[in-house]
Amino acid sequence: MMLTFSARTFLFRALRHLLLMAGALVFLAPFIWMVLTSLKPVDEVFTRELTLLPTRLALVENYTEALTRVPLLRYLWNGLLVCTAILVLQIVVLLPAAYAFAKLQFRGKTWAWRLVLLALMIPHQATAIPTYVMLHHLGMLNTLSALIVPFSISAFGIFLMRQFFRTVPDDLVHAARLDGMSEFELVWRVMLPTAVPALFAFAIFSVVWHWNDYFWPLLVISSPELATPPLGTMFFRNEEAGINYGPLMAGTVLITAPLLLLFIAAQKRFIEGVTLTGVKG
Amino acid sequence: MPNSGATRCSASRLPTLLYLVLVTAGAVAIGLGTALLIESDTQLRGFYRTAFFMPVASTLIAMAVVWQFLLHPSAGLVNHMLQWVGLQPQDWLNNRRLALYSLAAIGVWQMAGLAMVLFLAGLKSIPQDVRDAAALDGVTHPWERFRRITWPLLGPTTLFVVTVCAIRALQVFDTVHVLTRGGPNKSTEVLLHTIYAEGFGFFRMGYASAMTVVFIAGIFFLTQVQHSAMERKTHYA
Repeated sequence: MMLTFSARTFLFRALRHLLLMAGALVFLAPFIWMVLTSLKPVDEVFTRELTLLPTRLALVENYTEALTRVPLLRYLWNGLLVCTAILVLQIVVLLPAAYAFAKLQFRGKTWAWRLVLLALMIPHQATAIPTYVMLHHLGMLNTLSALIVPFSISAFGIFLMRQFFRTVPDDLVHAARLDGMSEFELVWRVMLPTAVPALFAFAIFSVVWHWNDYFWPLLVISSPELATPPLGTMFFRNEEAGINYGPLMAGTVLITAPLLLLFIAAQKRFIEGVTLTGVKG
Repeated sequence: MPNSGATRCSASRLPTLLYLVLVTAGAVAIGLGTALLIESDTQLRGFYRTAFFMPVASTLIAMAVVWQFLLHPSAGLVNHMLQWVGLQPQDWLNNRRLALYSLAAIGVWQMAGLAMVLFLAGLKSIPQDVRDAAALDGVTHPWERFRRITWPLLGPTTLFVVTVCAIRALQVFDTVHVLTRGGPNKSTEVLLHTIYAEGFGFFRMGYASAMTVVFIAGIFFLTQVQHSAMERKTHYA
């Protein structure tokens, strides 16, 4: 059977939408189900027949219980605090370091750079045991600092920024020195403004990573009031123990919301930042 | 000693490898398929990209709790759907033969979006004049174009995506710890979870450290493959 060109295009378009829509539905189903369940009262969660929409809206009671049963706002606040502190410390360390590697000559530079590259390849779970033992001896276990300090130096951030700073013309650096700027001034007032887009991508990478991290908080935090959102989710789940999914789903909505909103608000930047994980490994 | 390190180590090798292969293959296949379909036309591109990327942007621990509910033996959406089409409901996470596959399915769900955006970037870097030249040479059928132009040029990207997914799959911990804790009957005892259980559950730090060396060796190997992929990529760019 011969089809005209436009008919074939139409068929292809319809097939494309059919496949992608079906896929998108599967990928979004957990989110849709999470939100719908967070609106259902307990007797509508465990039913023999599948019901999609809640017949009685339990929005207020589920979300109230999610916020009062465990200190959910406290978890979110801890998450914000930890992520901000890590990011600020990382930037304070990585900008001067990246500048030194890109624009300065000093003894041992080649070897120091090799060490950075080596550190880049080591996954953070691999150093968990020695870091844990060190924090134990320092008496820092079960503090917010235990969540922040081990991540304050990012080899990946230094690597990324050094690659970026190498593209900044040397003339700019020379001119700033001729104007009498000190090296530190130069880093913050000349290099930093040129690096904003790259730094933004790194910031997203760092925040997404540490907001979602579960392994490390699980090891070093035992007090519920110090929990980050992922660890708090587990406290909440163990508390509910499969009895009432409505409030539990309300809790997961509140915990996933910040990053999802950030993603939807700044999609291009967000994807840029997250795909950096691909390079980092 | 029935509980000696060597037996535990070999017990955790198989689930780790099976998980790695399943998730990498699944995420790469779905990522490539969706990227090609999305790129082939302009309608609703943004929506599809957002939809498939949503799992990557979400907090995995929270979504693992949602998956636990979806896979609930009696109240879960998955079993409701199965019964609706006339199939037997399953206990996805407590059945020794199914648990690892359930975790792998969640892993694919979480990683396919990342593979997709990496493939989308790879597709964008194929120069338009190569496609034009192919069209002039009479390569007009979509399948022919894919087989002779797109796929060969996408080779280095594919190797890169495979290693990215494999490295991430090797690091699986969150879903295992939340959903199965290595069980039932050690069928989902993956490497990182074994390290955690040995080191911080039984405080056998020495043994856990030894397993960490195995873990690092695996990551190093994959990173080396990845670097060679990235070098080859720059030749095409």
